[in-house]
Amino acid sequence: MKPFDYVRAGSAQEAVRAGAEGRFLGGGTNLVDLMKLEIERPDKLVDVSRLATEEIEDGDDGLLVGAGVSNSALAGHPLVRERYPLLSTALLSGATQQLRNKATVGGNFLQRTRCQYFYDVFRACNKREPGSGCDALDGINRFHAILGASEHCIAVHPSDMAVAMAALDATVETLKPDGSTRSIPARSLHRLPGDTPHIDHVLEAGELITHVVLPASPPKRQLYRKVRDRSSYAFAVVSIALALDLQDGRLANVSIALGGVAHKPWRAERAEGILEDSRPDAELFANAADAELAHAVGHGHNDFKIDLSRRLIVAALRDLSESKREIAA
Amino acid sequence: MYPVSLDVNGKTVSAEVDARTSLLDLLRETLGMPGSKKGCDHGQCGACTVIVNGVRINSCLSLAVSHDGDAVTTVEGLADGESLSPLQKAFVSHDAFQCGYCTPGQLCSATALLDEIKRGEPSVVTDGKVTLNEEEIRERMSGNLCRCGAYNNIVDAILSVAGEPA
Ligand SMILES: Cc1cc2nc3c(=O)[nH]c(=O)nc-3n(C[C@H](O)[C@H](O)[C@H](O)COP(=O)(O)OP(=O)(O)OC[C@H]3O[C@@H](n4cnc5c(N)ncnc54)[C@H](O)[C@@H]3O)c2cc1C
Ligand code: SF4
Ligand code: FES
Ligand code: FES
Repeated sequence: MKPFDYVRAGSAQEAVRAGAEGRFLGGGTNLVDLMKLEIERPDKLVDVSRLATEEIEDGDDGLLVGAGVSNSALAGHPLVRERYPLLSTALLSGATQQLRNKATVGGNFLQRTRCQYFYDVFRACNKREPGSGCDALDGINRFHAILGASEHCIAVHPSDMAVAMAALDATVETLKPDGSTRSIPARSLHRLPGDTPHIDHVLEAGELITHVVLPASPPKRQLYRKVRDRSSYAFAVVSIALALDLQDGRLANVSIALGGVAHKPWRAERAEGILEDSRPDAELFANAADAELAHAVGHGHNDFKIDLSRRLIVAALRDLSESKREIAA
Repeated sequence: MYPVSLDVNGKTVSAEVDARTSLLDLLRETLGMPGSKKGCDHGQCGACTVIVNGVRINSCLSLAVSHDGDAVTTVEGLADGESLSPLQKAFVSHDAFQCGYCTPGQLCSATALLDEIKRGEPSVVTDGKVTLNEEEIRERMSGNLCRCGAYNNIVDAILSVAGEPA
């Protein structure tokens, strides 16, 4: 590991003042791992893991969650289990209890891809080394993207939590080094690779995630389902976060985000548009899934993900619209 | 170098560390407590599991300097003198290990798991009320790999202790 300076920030303001030329340290479960491999080589770490660790506050604008809250604390919080069950399930289906205890909300959003060529410093990877090429294109790309990829990178974002946050229309609150703040919809935090795949998200250098806000009244029916190679402790092959209401027999407030298919949590807007205000039935579900995946592209090993995603969307819609479970108003 | 001061198994210890030092290396190499094991050093196997401020974590992905002021329990701290903890006894009586390399991590993990159940923390297989059964144990212990495959006996050992006061 490359030597670096370490400072523990006492406040968000202190963190951004210290942070501009360094990197923020959350739980370190991704950053320290990548630093050991010298894929990440910061000169300075600004430890924000002790900031906003207990903050989960309910208000008129929704649930305010501190960026330092651990993944396990968020998943187990009574209000999250009650009002945002899909988020709780998404968090609990990620990693292991040991990792969830360390991992923070801020760090989970900004964890980097698990593309094996990104991790293997002897292989070509535009994300790690811009301009070097992409060995995944003709390599083992079973875990790679089918939507929104480019010829420069077909990696997927690995987070379960971020998929849930995108489906719930959460907002990411940040603080910049100049002291200004901004609110970014969770669905727009990450970007597609285009010809700059080394840039994962829209945050500027030194911009700190301070909070996340979950809307006060999410849809009443929620589901997170993760398809993976083992029943525990594995990244998603494909996952879905689905939220909707049933009003007078029609679908409303339909929100679908897919994980494991793109460089960011993928909001299935085409499918949402077809489903909204329609009566739920098998044909409608199939049409919506087909529309969403009409532009999906496989790269060989991951061709099966197109069909798998289609079936996952249909099954999730069927199960949730037939479900008897709704969250309390 | 950075000064760190920690409570390890009830004793205050201080050391000077390079910022790069993991909590695992601090415990094993500087503090002479080799009970916690290094399996993968990348957060994947659980051999390095220790309990920090009451919750289990992977000490290999934790920077020692970031734990200044924390309270750490390692496998060396589970027994009370010569008297093994109920879980340690159950691991012996259930043959819950073969080579033993993963065992310190399994024990720390299982010790913390019993507390998580008491606190009512859910897992992904929890449906409603948190109770302990085989499915829950398998899910909650999935971060501790055992190359010898002692899983079935590990589950039995934990189940046997679950009802008893810790
Ligand atoms: C073996 C293994 C299995 C895993 N399986 C899964 C899985 O199945 N599903 C899943 O979703 N995840 C999985 N993970 C990933 C895990 O969820 C992430 O490592 C974790 O969420 C990262 O959070 P952290 O706080 O440790 O981040 P860190 O490692 O501390 O930081 C990650 C990035 O975020 C930045 N950062 C941290 N906090 C802030 C902030 N407040 N503002 C701005 N930037 C910040 C850091 O600078 C860094 O770039 C797995 C990890 C491992 C090691
Ligand atoms: S898919 Fe992206 S991350 Fe993977 S090798 Fe190609 S450029 Fe790198
Ligand atoms: S040594 Fe820490 S998880 Fe393997
Ligand atoms: S007993 Fe040998 S690895 Fe578990």
